[in-house]
Amino acid sequence: MKNPKQHAEFAAIPILDAEAIQRVLRRIAHEIIERNPALDALILAGIPLRGAEISKRIAGFIETIGKIKIDTGVIDVSMHRDDVGTRAELPVVRASQLPLPLDNRTVVIVDDVLFTGRTCRAAMDAISSFGRPARIQLAALIDRGHRELPIRADYVGKNLPTAASERVRVRFENLDNEPDGVWLLKPQER
Amino acid sequence: MTKRADKNLAASSRALRWTRKDLLGLRELSAEEITFVLDTADAFKQVGTREIKKVPALRGKTLVNFFIEPSTRTRTSFELAAFRLSADVINISATTSSLAKGETLKDTARNLEALHADILVLRHSSAGAPQFLAQHLQTSVINAGDGAHEHPTQALLDLYTIREKKGTVAGLHVVIIGDILFSRVARSNIFGLVKLGARVTLVGPSTLVPREFEKLGVTISHDIDDVLPSADVVNLLRIQHERQRKEYFPGIGEYVRLFGLTSARAKRLNPDCLIMHPGPINRGVEIDSDLADGVQSVILDQVTNGLAVRMAVLYLCAGIATP
Repeated sequence: MKNPKQHAEFAAIPILDAEAIQRVLRRIAHEIIERNPALDALILAGIPLRGAEISKRIAGFIETIGKIKIDTGVIDVSMHRDDVGTRAELPVVRASQLPLPLDNRTVVIVDDVLFTGRTCRAAMDAISSFGRPARIQLAALIDRGHRELPIRADYVGKNLPTAASERVRVRFENLDNEPDGVWLLKPQER
Repeated sequence: MTKRADKNLAASSRALRWTRKDLLGLRELSAEEITFVLDTADAFKQVGTREIKKVPALRGKTLVNFFIEPSTRTRTSFELAAFRLSADVINISATTSSLAKGETLKDTARNLEALHADILVLRHSSAGAPQFLAQHLQTSVINAGDGAHEHPTQALLDLYTIREKKGTVAGLHVVIIGDILFSRVARSNIFGLVKLGARVTLVGPSTLVPREFEKLGVTISHDIDDVLPSADVVNLLRIQHERQRKEYFPGIGEYVRLFGLTSARAKRLNPDCLIMHPGPINRGVEIDSDLADGVQSVILDQVTNGLAVRMAVLYLCAGIATP
């Protein structure tokens, strides 16, 4: 068992603060409403941990604006990833929870950072093992580029051009005991 | 989920990572690692409720079920777990392998590795056989029971079932009754239960429950009626006739009279006490038939949970990159 990753060798550049995150998620909520006239067919399904948190927050905004209860869910993609057997250590797998059946529903996959697109592909596979939704959409708080698959987000909080060596750090007060925020971590020359 | 649970999840997700390619026993696992496997099993149990009860996690991997001793439950459970993870499975028993022709265990195993088997699930009559192979092979080795030593996946599924029914393992009084001396299930259970903070009492004839076990942090009793009222869980073990080369107690009749969980005796149990048994059951010996099928019995839950626990173990051990 290893210690959490150290970020000591990175410089952290603030990208979004707590207020900006809420503003961006409220805007995504409006976009989702605009694109999906049948709000009762929506399921916002977050990828643990922070995607699940984001999906709850967006659902909260949609509920306030649309005066309607929005279904949320959790999709853990670990079992559907294509890199099993290539990692030196594995994180814990969590149970997926989706309101069933999925027929005629629109599932919006919600993640914190969209990067290679592989997580999204795994999420789509995971969803199809629960049933056949009418459509699947993708929302991401940050799109950092570097896609390795033909995948694009329907809703993006912020486009953030990055180098492959950089990292994006997302933190939420209620999960991490530190204020909400997004940072770009740049590796430092020694 | 409460905010506090969210925080705990966030903390555990950062702090804990699985790094083992083999599962040889519970003795070498930390409490955190045991909890990690149980948490992972939660996720895999949920796969059984999906429309498609199969995930691609181990697609393209090959699992060899290498059973030198007879088994139906454990072998079938591993096989089904592998199917649910999309792995391919070969079954080899002692009689169908070249061990019958005098090949050594190591040579047989190295041949299997040369065929690119990724996971070796081994049941063997000799304690330490899985450890021996794990040292010599790149393949993931999972101990499915070695002699009277350990049976880690059985203990994990017992712990999982206790946690599922009782909410926690810590602080519970778990009573293990029967043939402790020859039981790998008992040993693995003792290691796991003590690490997770349960209070363990072993009950049985002094020939089968020797004092040495006290060193493992458990209490020993030879009076079942004295222990039953305070039990939260009773785990009954089968008399392992196949391992007893001489008589360890006068006879079955006397064993039932002194240590069998009869209906009359079960009246001393708390109504919410769980009755567990790793199987195969000898009805009328260690447990009365109507108790095995009664409301307190979680014997079939153990079988269902065994599948989820073995999926978790296979996923974790085979999911690690090997050098």
